[in-house]
Amino acid sequence: MTGYIELEDKTRFNGVSFGAGTSVSGEVVFNTGMVGYPESLTDPSYKGQILVLTYPLIGNYGVPADERDSFGLSRHFESDKIQASGLIIADYSPDYSHWKAAKSLSEWLKEHNIPAIHGVDTRALTKKLREKGVMLGKLTVSNKDAPIDDPNKRNLVAEVSVKKKIVYNEKGSRKILLVDCGVKNSIIRNLAERNCTVIRVPWDYDFTRETFDGMVISNGPGDPKMCRETIRNVASAMKLEMPIFGICLGNQILALAAGGDTYKLKYGHRGQNQPCSNIQTKRCYITSQNHGFAVNMKKMPSGWEESFINANDGTNEGLRHRNKPFFSVQFHPEATPGPVDAGFLFDEFLGMMK
Amino acid sequence: MEKTEIKKILILGSGALSIGQGGEFDYSGAQAEKSLREEGIEVVLVNANIATVQSDEKMADKVYFLPITPEFVEKIIKKERPEGILLGFGGQTALNCGVALHDSGVLGKYGVKVLGTPVEAIKATEDRELFVKKLSEIGLKTPKSHAVNKIADAITAANKLGYPVMIRAAYALGGLGSGLCRNDSDIIETAAQAFSNSPQILVEEYLEHWKEIEYEVVRDAYDNCITVCNMENLDPMGIHTGDSIVVAPSQTLDNKEYHNLREISIKLIRHLGIVGECNIQYALGKESDDYRIIEVNARLSRSSALASKATGYPLAFVAAKLALGYSLAEIKNSITQKTVACFEPALDYVVVKIPRWDLKKFRHVSRNIGSSMKSVGEVMAIGRTFEEAIQKAVRMLDIRAHGLVGNDFSYDVDKELESPTDERLFAVVQALMEGYSIELIHKKTGIGKWFLHKIANVIETEKQLISYGPAPEILERAKKQGFSDKQISVITGVPFSEIRQIRKENNIVPFVKQIDTLAAEYPAVTNYLYFTYNATEHDIDFISKKKKVIVIGSGVYRIGSSVEFDWCCVNSVRALRNIGYETIMINYNPETVSTDYDVCDKLYFDEISAETVMDIYGLEQPEGVIISMGGQIPNNIAMKLSSAGVKILGTSAESIDRAEDRQKFSKMLDKLNIDQPKWKELTNINDATEFAKNAGYPVLVRPSYVLSGAAMNIAFNDNDLELYLTKASKVSSEYPVVISKFIINAKEIELDAVADNGKITLFAVTEHIENAGTHSGDATMVFPAKKIYTETSRQIEDIARRIASELKITGPFNIQFLARDNEIKVIECNLRASRSFPFVSKISGKNFAEISTNVIAGKSHEDHGDASAGVSFAGVKSPQFSFARLKGADPIASVEMASTGEVACLGKNVYDAYLKAIIAAGSKLPKKNILVSIGGDKSRYKFLPFAKILDNAGFKLFSTEHTGLFLGENGISSTILYKVHENKSPNIIEFLNGTNGNKLELVINIPSAFTQEELDDEYVIRRKAADFSIPLITNLQLARMLAEAITSVKESELEIKPRDEY
Repeated sequence: MTGYIELEDKTRFNGVSFGAGTSVSGEVVFNTGMVGYPESLTDPSYKGQILVLTYPLIGNYGVPADERDSFGLSRHFESDKIQASGLIIADYSPDYSHWKAAKSLSEWLKEHNIPAIHGVDTRALTKKLREKGVMLGKLTVSNKDAPIDDPNKRNLVAEVSVKKKIVYNEKGSRKILLVDCGVKNSIIRNLAERNCTVIRVPWDYDFTRETFDGMVISNGPGDPKMCRETIRNVASAMKLEMPIFGICLGNQILALAAGGDTYKLKYGHRGQNQPCSNIQTKRCYITSQNHGFAVNMKKMPSGWEESFINANDGTNEGLRHRNKPFFSVQFHPEATPGPVDAGFLFDEFLGMMK
Repeated sequence: MEKTEIKKILILGSGALSIGQGGEFDYSGAQAEKSLREEGIEVVLVNANIATVQSDEKMADKVYFLPITPEFVEKIIKKERPEGILLGFGGQTALNCGVALHDSGVLGKYGVKVLGTPVEAIKATEDRELFVKKLSEIGLKTPKSHAVNKIADAITAANKLGYPVMIRAAYALGGLGSGLCRNDSDIIETAAQAFSNSPQILVEEYLEHWKEIEYEVVRDAYDNCITVCNMENLDPMGIHTGDSIVVAPSQTLDNKEYHNLREISIKLIRHLGIVGECNIQYALGKESDDYRIIEVNARLSRSSALASKATGYPLAFVAAKLALGYSLAEIKNSITQKTVACFEPALDYVVVKIPRWDLKKFRHVSRNIGSSMKSVGEVMAIGRTFEEAIQKAVRMLDIRAHGLVGNDFSYDVDKELESPTDERLFAVVQALMEGYSIELIHKKTGIGKWFLHKIANVIETEKQLISYGPAPEILERAKKQGFSDKQISVITGVPFSEIRQIRKENNIVPFVKQIDTLAAEYPAVTNYLYFTYNATEHDIDFISKKKKVIVIGSGVYRIGSSVEFDWCCVNSVRALRNIGYETIMINYNPETVSTDYDVCDKLYFDEISAETVMDIYGLEQPEGVIISMGGQIPNNIAMKLSSAGVKILGTSAESIDRAEDRQKFSKMLDKLNIDQPKWKELTNINDATEFAKNAGYPVLVRPSYVLSGAAMNIAFNDNDLELYLTKASKVSSEYPVVISKFIINAKEIELDAVADNGKITLFAVTEHIENAGTHSGDATMVFPAKKIYTETSRQIEDIARRIASELKITGPFNIQFLARDNEIKVIECNLRASRSFPFVSKISGKNFAEISTNVIAGKSHEDHGDASAGVSFAGVKSPQFSFARLKGADPIASVEMASTGEVACLGKNVYDAYLKAIIAAGSKLPKKNILVSIGGDKSRYKFLPFAKILDNAGFKLFSTEHTGLFLGENGISSTILYKVHENKSPNIIEFLNGTNGNKLELVINIPSAFTQEELDDEYVIRRKAADFSIPLITNLQLARMLAEAITSVKESELEIKPRDEY
């Protein structure tokens, strides 16, 4: 069965279908990580996006079974389903091999009704996206193609956020309010493993009645400006002057809540090799990233400073309030997939609570 | 940030190429030089490997062609007074030498600062006990292991761990002296050998079939850490990583495994305090997250060179900058010129490395591979599917394999799977074809099932090709899986040209992709390219304002072709760039400088085959192709390229054929009235024996178009002859085999030259110390020649002029002559650069590769004449053998080349240069104990005066029975030792292994004649000498040379001068 991806500008790449037989449309983005397709595909930040993996050989180690850890979190996946709308790769390995594998990538995609094609010159496709910026596209694997739909016009955060409050690790020594804009399981796990009780609440949750020691604003998909309720709630939480830690979309929401601004990057940062420099120490960290928007540092109000920048293109990678316990990073300290070098930020956050 | 204020730095090279220490260190040293010199730092290099690019005068301010030993380096330090020293760019040789200089206080005494990784950190990686202790401090796991200093303790330790166990020598490279032991007696044997290389050995748990994974890790002085690349061995634990097929990046690790090992790597490099680069080897549990850290190399390594080429990240260049105090974030990514070096490359292709062995060249050698490295080179292939990359890589080995399939190899599959040899990969293919299940093969070999499935895909495609022929859809599938046109032609029986035509008609063509370190995320200016059929567009256009020239590289290193041809290629490219050409390099050897993307304007890291060269030629439309720099591989495709319409620059393909084709060449010499040994083309065995009878044995069997005497053999009788003829016709089935009279007791002389349209414009005459019979690659060479009659020189020049004119040579060439009593015979002629080009170039100061290139390009017609004019000193080139690593191999030089590398030293006279050269090739000069064992009274008689010299000089001579009696009769006393099998004392073995505290320091063992098999006793003496690292001389002329040299020049008075002071 053949399939193809057609971009807004009518560029078409043919391939062979190995996922579900449903055609979709979405924003086409590329990720340069060489491992971690089960983690990436279940990352809610990919909601509404068709994912292109630049590493050509995919499916090699199959897909693990959905096991739960002691906090009830999925051990191998970042959420309870595949979040990306579709997958495009170069060379699929149907004959996977790994002791953890329970099924093939193809079987897993089909289970989740996610279309995928292989046999695509993903480098050519990536160059196209790099030169023209991310584009909408249609992944067609059946006789019927899907109508073009711009996911950025939807409130994607509302689609992926939890619907009701969930509490993890109730006996933790500190209470963290986690605003779920599409949170990855690894963020929850990183907090719970550090002996925190995690109160995971929906993106628009009114948390004025909750008691907690610190707040985390999670990662998530799409344009941060769509999260008006979250921005408003965070702005009011800032008045409490308790520690706030934003991750990825959380970085952008914190900026907007502080009165700053965000903008859309041409093609974003998605990968596991993004160097981020700490402005003060000059130390450079290799980080895992997945974002299409960024904070406009020029528009940040006084009292805020840039903590990290991207060593490659100089874009903002983190904010810090000069005298209040608020900070955030654009990259993913929880990794998964990707390097774990920035995991110490969770400790810094907890350190603020004393 | 504080940078070092240092203005002068000493770099230690790695010396001759040997097994375990190959061309990769020319690459890393050359990168370090570039990196330092662009900072304005004065660079002093010590390296007797004269064939390297790093020792070019353009690369360093001062070059010492001297041994990398503490004694010599101390003298250089005293003379040069460098402020800093780099130990991490010359392999284990440089590291060991540097640590010794540090420990003896020499570095402190002269105020030389070790830059980069501190010595303490190096020691923590080299001393096993310290290593284990250091790692356990931060809770990292190493194999359960016991360091012992005695054999008895090794046995105790092994029993404690439980068999099987691994024995490893500390402070040794390439797994030298290591081995698997299944019982006490295995330990006794392996440990004795390991102890001869190292005072300490390790007895370790054996992690059979665990996955073997490597990480290349970088840290700067400010604690920024990155892992540049990880690699997975297709051959799991049990086979040395240097002998393993390696894939980058890892293919079967999930995110957790990949990043867990990455995190450990960073913890480790921080804890050790490394500044620069290191390589970490892991064993990863077969069905668990469990791991062991096997080894850390706190220096640039073979793996780091591979990782640099695999990712485009210049590890050595960056490591040198870090040693100066730069931070990673301050260094630019030289590929993008936009992003920083503090990042981890994202690959969008897969890389496969396969080792190249040359075990067929050795008698008695075990072909099994295991924990001790035996390969002499490696290839790297790039593709966008694993199948594409591995099939390319297999062809690059140049072992007459068309790919994974389509070969006429045949194996005892069960035996190969049980005990792997250098050809295991093909046995796995055969097993799959014969219906062995993937499960079973996996169980027997430990090779991951994912890899086996991929190999099975290739076999499936072959079946389709057989069933349906080259139908477009199947052809496309095959090309995406890396089948070559030739391979498809062999499988389907459809001619090569037709396959190519079907392909073109159906638009099945390869596309050019860039290696850009960032998977296309940022625009890159990179010129580092490869071909893939798994693509739909080119990354580059092929338009250029400049005229282009392609230089074809030397391909895989093997015995007879290594760094010297890379030197020629690099110098040729430089010359072309200087005269304004856009240069295009084609090569696939990750150990080379020519595959550095800043050497040329465009680098195609891909196959050197008629198909690939024609594809590149078609796209790039160059002025022409230079095939005369890369040695035999490009030479061999000359005719194919030429007949396909590719313009060969320089000497024509037809002329090359007239020189390579033994029959045509011999006929031409007859026509020109140039003397040559009696010869005959092989037609059938009867004719051959008839010829041998008339000419008289011994006769030499010589195939055409071969390098380093492959399958060249001396036959002493009819049986030999028949055996060798069969062997030879197998090696070059397409070309004639010739037999000729083998002339003994003749001097061998070589001429390296450049000709311009048939007229010689530059030449150098070199003499061999060994008489004819020792392959020129194994011979000790002297330049300028000292012992040649004027009449001989005159004749040689005259013959060379006639040959050059007849073949209308334009460019480099080399002729080998035999001389006896002013009778000159031609034995061979190669219309390409030769192995000795860098040697004669660097001694004479006339760059033969550059001058050849200028002639080929029509840029210069200057007559340079005799290169030796004005050279008032001596240059001596000595071979480096790697017999110690080749278990069982008979360590004797013969007509088939056996050395893996070479060194050359300059000196005030031949003795001075010769002694330095043999020290540089790893020998220690004897102080006292010398064993003399010479076959045949004729040779004994010839050696007699030199035995007297040694005796008079106070050496203690030992001998075997006949030699001892002969010496005694002639008034020279020696202690006669019993042979090994006689089991009586004093026995040779005690003096060889030194158990009696009176170890031999030199063994002179001259076999009586070139018989096919030497007596067992003789073989045992030679073999044990190699096993116990005792210098061995097996040639009468060399023995004489050594005797004269050590008695006329004192070791302490050997001259210490850089190249430019001669």
